[in-house]
Amino acid sequence: MSSTQEIQSGLAEILEEVAGVTPADATPEKSFTEDLDVDSLSMVEIATAVEDKFGVAIPDDELGNIKTVGDAISYIEKNQG
Amino acid sequence: MSTSDVVVTGLGATTPLGGDVPTTWDALLAGRSGVSRITDDWIKEYPAQLVARLATEPSEQLDRVRARRLDRSQQVAVVAAEQAWAESGAADSGVAPERIAVVFGTGIGGALTLLGQDDVLEEKGPKRVSPFTIPMLMPNGPAAAVGLSIGAKGGVHAPVSACASGAEAIRWGLDLLRFDRADVVLVGGTEACVHPLPMAGFAAMRAMSTRNDEPERASRPFDKGRDGFVLGEGAAALVLERGDSARARGARIHARLAGAAGTADGYDLVAPHPEGEGAARAITAALRDADLTPADVGHVNAHATSTPVGDTAEAAAIRSSLGDHVLVSATKSQTGHLLGAAGALEAVFTVLALREQVVPATANLDDPDDDANVQALDIVRGEPRRATLTAAVNDSFGFGGHNMALVFTTA
Repeated sequence: MSSTQEIQSGLAEILEEVAGVTPADATPEKSFTEDLDVDSLSMVEIATAVEDKFGVAIPDDELGNIKTVGDAISYIEKNQG
Repeated sequence: MSTSDVVVTGLGATTPLGGDVPTTWDALLAGRSGVSRITDDWIKEYPAQLVARLATEPSEQLDRVRARRLDRSQQVAVVAAEQAWAESGAADSGVAPERIAVVFGTGIGGALTLLGQDDVLEEKGPKRVSPFTIPMLMPNGPAAAVGLSIGAKGGVHAPVSACASGAEAIRWGLDLLRFDRADVVLVGGTEACVHPLPMAGFAAMRAMSTRNDEPERASRPFDKGRDGFVLGEGAAALVLERGDSARARGARIHARLAGAAGTADGYDLVAPHPEGEGAARAITAALRDADLTPADVGHVNAHATSTPVGDTAEAAAIRSSLGDHVLVSATKSQTGHLLGAAGALEAVFTVLALREQVVPATANLDDPDDDANVQALDIVRGEPRRATLTAAVNDSFGFGGHNMALVFTTA
């Protein structure tokens, strides 16, 4: 089980690798598309990387509901383990 | 129809000889070779083990995140295009995005992505295949990436005619300007497919040189000892615009693109017509398009890939269409064969030959073929030759029987 802090920093690493987001910018209130310029294809890559890192698969219908970094953190927290 | 001439106002390239046009041109004139032997384990069973790799990795020239969403063929296309675009100054000329077009060809497209993602599919299953697979492998991908890079909204096109693709892109660009469908057109060609499968495919055709122990001497167009081409990677780009508007904005004009033509052999899927009939028709038609005669042409940058049948067919075509007075260069002797980028790179060389009034030498031409046409041609070798040039021709041919000829004249 990863802590909220661990999830946030792990997610920030993924965002930096996949989309070039500066880790300090990957804060919970940020919208992937509006604030971080992450497009839909990159979201698919992020979902794959999240599964590798946290063992949490994000189905397509759930992926559409994840709008912010905070949404992603909550989803991972709820579904891990 | 526009009656203005069409001119070249920007040049870009990243090649086995250098990461930009000046470095590449200097290395060409200095006689340097871009060819080396592959040392990876997979090459051991291959009869042909040579390659002309890029001198500068595109990942060093592009932002990391941007690069990872582009196939290597797209990365080099963007690098070359951005150089040409910057040099032209067209971005500062106030041209509307709707009047900017792109024509960028490739012979093979995103082969490295296709083959790499097939490995992912086999090893990890369909859910692990990258969402960028399709845009990275589609053959219009390089043109699209270049279009996005320079903000072209006037049309983005991707001719595919094997090793004539780069030249075909230039011809399309000329037509777009003549038909007034755009005010500025960025044209070029790209290729990056150094991978075991294409290498095996070309080797199976017996098209590649097996002179593995002498990499720098393996590509030897017109030489008696030639035994095939050397696969190269890279991209080249040119900015074309109508002369009246280019002169009005004070752009630097490298040369004029005076004419172009394309024909098909209608002979065989891959073998060239032995007398170069279709190639000669292309050259003659391009000259007519430029309103010039054979006597006006002082230089030919030949397609000459160093294959036994291709070079003699082209020698026949050059002789029958132009005569024996032209100074011929076969620059693939140093760059290797860049397939879909070859026509664009050699167009850049042709433009520079006119601008600098110097004809590059053909490396490795130690013992010209006994063929009567090769013997009759004045193929420059040893050192580059100074010459007074007003017009020059660039030939490009592709598997499929595609023949393209471009005619450039001094600015």
